[in-house]
Amino acid sequence: MNAVNAVVVGTELPALALPVISRGTLALFAGASGDSNPIHIDLDVARSAGLDDVFAQGMLSMAYLGRLLTNWVPQQQIRSYGVRFVAITPVLGQPTCTARVTAIEDVDGERRATLELAVKLADGTTTLTGDAVVALS
Amino acid sequence: MAIDTKHVGTSFEPVTMDIERGRLVAFARATGQVDPVYCDLDAARKAGHPDLPVPPSFLFAIELEVPDPFAWATRMDIDLNTVLHGEQRFDYHRMAYAGERLTASPRIDDIYSKHSGVLEFIVKRSAVTDEAGLPVADLTSIIVVRNPAVLP
Repeated sequence: MNAVNAVVVGTELPALALPVISRGTLALFAGASGDSNPIHIDLDVARSAGLDDVFAQGMLSMAYLGRLLTNWVPQQQIRSYGVRFVAITPVLGQPTCTARVTAIEDVDGERRATLELAVKLADGTTTLTGDAVVALS
Repeated sequence: MAIDTKHVGTSFEPVTMDIERGRLVAFARATGQVDPVYCDLDAARKAGHPDLPVPPSFLFAIELEVPDPFAWATRMDIDLNTVLHGEQRFDYHRMAYAGERLTASPRIDDIYSKHSGVLEFIVKRSAVTDEAGLPVADLTSIIVVRNPAVLP
């Protein structure tokens, strides 16, 4: 991959802009991910917990960020991947995933890049921050 | 502190999941993944994979593959409505593929509180292994429990 060969500290990965998250997406993700916590799909449960509405599973945004990573390198090059869920993603939120190279090091005989990750909503709210380490060769 | 720290070190029953192609295709659809490597067996094989790859965050699903995925919360006397997923981490040993039988072995590694007990944190680690018992990935979850009763 040419883009990966030219990587330096500061390189930004192509951002991944997602469509608006619908209630349908939350239901599909609940089934596919096995996360059956009803607070994400059942308005009655959300209200009984004092919320105005359901909100997106944090792991949905983590899956989106994972797509950004595997768009950039073959998945077998990902060594670690972690996120912090810093704000709730409301229904109809529209996330964009970004990543930037913050370090390049030789570890265990391979060249590895550390990436700083983020997911932001259209209104500017940061919902996830994180990091990943990927092998560059 | 509302959560008893005696739970630190507690291991939960390992959970085994048969990774099915159909489930991975459903996961791809639910996450808008259109890269054929993740939903088309021929494309996956052309890319050098033996079967459809398990995407980076899917391994989190293994532990949820039980009748009551939140039994750990009940066991620790935690109201699920006060729980938030604070952090999630994956350290990978190798790729996993459809057709494999994977096992997650969860354990409570730490419990601590911040802000005078308003927020409590549970660190749960799960080793994911294959049928030979060899490591596939290590998962770390930090679960945040809001404790409104402590608020002044």
